[in-house]
Amino acid sequence: MGATALWPVRPSRAATAMGFDEARHLLSRATFGATPAEIRVVEAMDYGSAVDRLLGSWHPRALTAAPSWINEGPAQLRRLQQEAQAEAKEKKGVDGKPLRIVRPVQEQARELRNWWVEEMLVTDQPLVERMTLFWHNHFTSSLAKVSYVPALYRQNELFRREAFGNFARLLKAVARDPAMLLYLDGAGSVARQPNENFARELLELFTLGEGHYSEADIKNAARAFTGWSIERDTGAFVNHIQQHDGGEKTFLGQAGRFDGDDIVAILLRQPRTAERVCEKLWREFVSLSPDPAEIRRLAGILRTGGYEMKPVLRALFLSPAFRDPNNRGTLIKSPVDLVVGSVHLLGLPVPEKTQLVRMMQGLGQVPFDPPNVKGWAGGESWITTYTLLLRQQFMRRMIEATTVSSMDGNMMSMRPDRRAERKEAMERRPVEGRSLRDASEAKLGPTLTGTDAAALVRTFLPRQPIDQVDTGRTPGAIVAAAMLDPVYQLK
Amino acid sequence: MSRILLLVELKGGNDGLNTVIPYADPHYRQLRPGLGVAREKVLQLDERVGLHDKLEPLMESWKARDLAIVQGVGYPNPNRSHFRSIEIWDTASSSTQTLSEGWVARAFEHAPRPQGAGRGTGVDSIVIDTNSLPLMGPDLRTIVMQDAENFLRQAQAMKDNPRVNDGGNPALRHLLAVRREINAAAAGLSDKLHAAPPPVQEYANEGPLGRELDLATRIITAQVPVVAVKIALGGFDTHANQAPVQERLLGLLAGGLATFRRNMIAAGRWDDVLVLTYSEFGRRARQNASGGTDHGTAAPHFVMGGKVKGGLHGAYPSLADLQDGDLRHTVDFRDVYSTIARGCWGQPVSFGQRQIQHLDFIAA
Repeated sequence: MGATALWPVRPSRAATAMGFDEARHLLSRATFGATPAEIRVVEAMDYGSAVDRLLGSWHPRALTAAPSWINEGPAQLRRLQQEAQAEAKEKKGVDGKPLRIVRPVQEQARELRNWWVEEMLVTDQPLVERMTLFWHNHFTSSLAKVSYVPALYRQNELFRREAFGNFARLLKAVARDPAMLLYLDGAGSVARQPNENFARELLELFTLGEGHYSEADIKNAARAFTGWSIERDTGAFVNHIQQHDGGEKTFLGQAGRFDGDDIVAILLRQPRTAERVCEKLWREFVSLSPDPAEIRRLAGILRTGGYEMKPVLRALFLSPAFRDPNNRGTLIKSPVDLVVGSVHLLGLPVPEKTQLVRMMQGLGQVPFDPPNVKGWAGGESWITTYTLLLRQQFMRRMIEATTVSSMDGNMMSMRPDRRAERKEAMERRPVEGRSLRDASEAKLGPTLTGTDAAALVRTFLPRQPIDQVDTGRTPGAIVAAAMLDPVYQLK
Repeated sequence: MSRILLLVELKGGNDGLNTVIPYADPHYRQLRPGLGVAREKVLQLDERVGLHDKLEPLMESWKARDLAIVQGVGYPNPNRSHFRSIEIWDTASSSTQTLSEGWVARAFEHAPRPQGAGRGTGVDSIVIDTNSLPLMGPDLRTIVMQDAENFLRQAQAMKDNPRVNDGGNPALRHLLAVRREINAAAAGLSDKLHAAPPPVQEYANEGPLGRELDLATRIITAQVPVVAVKIALGGFDTHANQAPVQERLLGLLAGGLATFRRNMIAAGRWDDVLVLTYSEFGRRARQNASGGTDHGTAAPHFVMGGKVKGGLHGAYPSLADLQDGDLRHTVDFRDVYSTIARGCWGQPVSFGQRQIQHLDFIAA
């Protein structure tokens, strides 16, 4: 998220410069949070130009090197898994006990989560990552069910490729996406015994929404998708014609010998499909209460534009509701927002991402592991008595890591069997929060040095703090107080 | 009438066939040629079934007739994914339904909390584990904590400021409400827990179960008016080399629950408590080639308490009539829940099962 990659280094101040607070608002919603330098670059720009630049030229590639195993087929992976198990069975540890089996699938899952979190941190186009995450939460698939991990990597590539590409193209691709075929049981759905799982969620969650179709529509859609499956050796999509139900189906009032693509095409002709996508975008970027008139307007833009995403995202960021100052700080940060954003803002070096994923896990959002097919409920449900205390605890650890010592992997361990270890480590550390009183500016990272007290508070908080943030104290203490204020949980 | 439910999750899917063992059934020997528990080791409960020998500490409760064993607990169209099946158990949904509220919270939907519960403490249930789903919902104020001191210290560091204003921002209003909830719970718990005497009998110090039971004991003896406390014991996913793993876990479970029982009796609270074990599924009837068992379906579960009617409840699933190699459930887990909701909290609740079949394991 380097300011230089995305924005001109030294922009001339536009006559209609938006100012610091609006720049902060735009970046807090369109990225994972912005540093003072990033905000300063944008504040000098005209608002419309800044939105155009956010949505301007982009590339569909991740900067982080892909894990090494992404091209392995399911057969190869099964062999590796068996080898690992056999090896663990034969060998004994030094104490004579059986060795802990290192399971390739679990290891791949860990690498995959870390890979994406790394990408969110290093990306030069954070809105693309936000949209990739948005599609992941719309077209959910989960490591809890999809044990062929390369399929989830490829699905993530698809989401990034269509981050602000085309919804119609994306929907069509998702229907034949191997991870989706595994997650919602399409891979085993055959004419003799159609599986309704994908068809049901396609209608209920991915397009129309409840109340806009019948059970018969689900059954007929399920028949239309039969035969779409996965090549056993390569894990690639395959269409088994002989398993397809070629009979006539009635779907949403139309009849024909439909296949999967026909069903998708019919769904894309329904106004509800675009409205539903726009409602979700609204909840993601604007507020938790979509305005029906605005949703109809945005859905119109999406449909008449042939489902291109850029025009509708542009209209969303330019909408009066988004720009209303009363709308600032009205969304609760997701665990990914909070963890990625805080590390970015503090400029915290975290070479090993597993600890960040563990934080996200504790707070209820692990990338590639949505809780169910509906995805993360988000909104107020992010904050419970448990997660609020945990958020505060993690913020303290990050502040300590910035101002006192480096981030230590063991500190983040959530595993109960390491409690003793953790307790010991805790006791060796300064009492949480206390050391910050003496934290000097020199100890803040380069992302924050040289920022005055008032700007620090306005960078960290979308509105006035709830608790006292004494701007007369050292920069480290100001940052600590701001991050522990309830308002820091908002964006 | 209000009893405290101690919910014990056995994570990973406990093998029911080697927990409550149909030792007299010849099919058991056929299905479990190496893994089966030898007949002479089984603690016989009647002429057909008996407990695994590592569950010996539970015999005290069995003999006192305050241990009920509900056999064959499961649900129709069982799901064999850990993740999905525990969600079904936690929310009391059917296998085709996805619900987001826990079953204990659902039991208090549209109902006043049982008399005394939550009064003056600001907390209705406490989770001493990472999975809080059974207790999550708008009708229950649930606190999740790993240990009390840590919770109280963190709550202390986040002191409420009563003069603050949310400025009409609903997200901020929610944040402040949750902060107040934490502060209220901490204030209520702090005095009570500090005044409570330690358990009469100490818990074994192996694994986290003893620590969790210790805190549960303190909460209950301190008269914190909660409706439920949840703890967990993990490691039951025994796909390979099952015997030593499960033996160790069953020993920990039985030892812990036996100590808990004695502590509750000593504190005069045994009649006010009901212990229930649950797990995402039992395991396959036939052992696999690795000396373990794969994900299965129905399993027996334990119910303990001073007002529990001891003995065997429900029917043991037939080993001669398997469905795709799995046991057919004889008791719907939602009937266990409905029985507890009525017997513990006086809440006549249906969890969507066609017709509630109350079980007879709680004395009036």
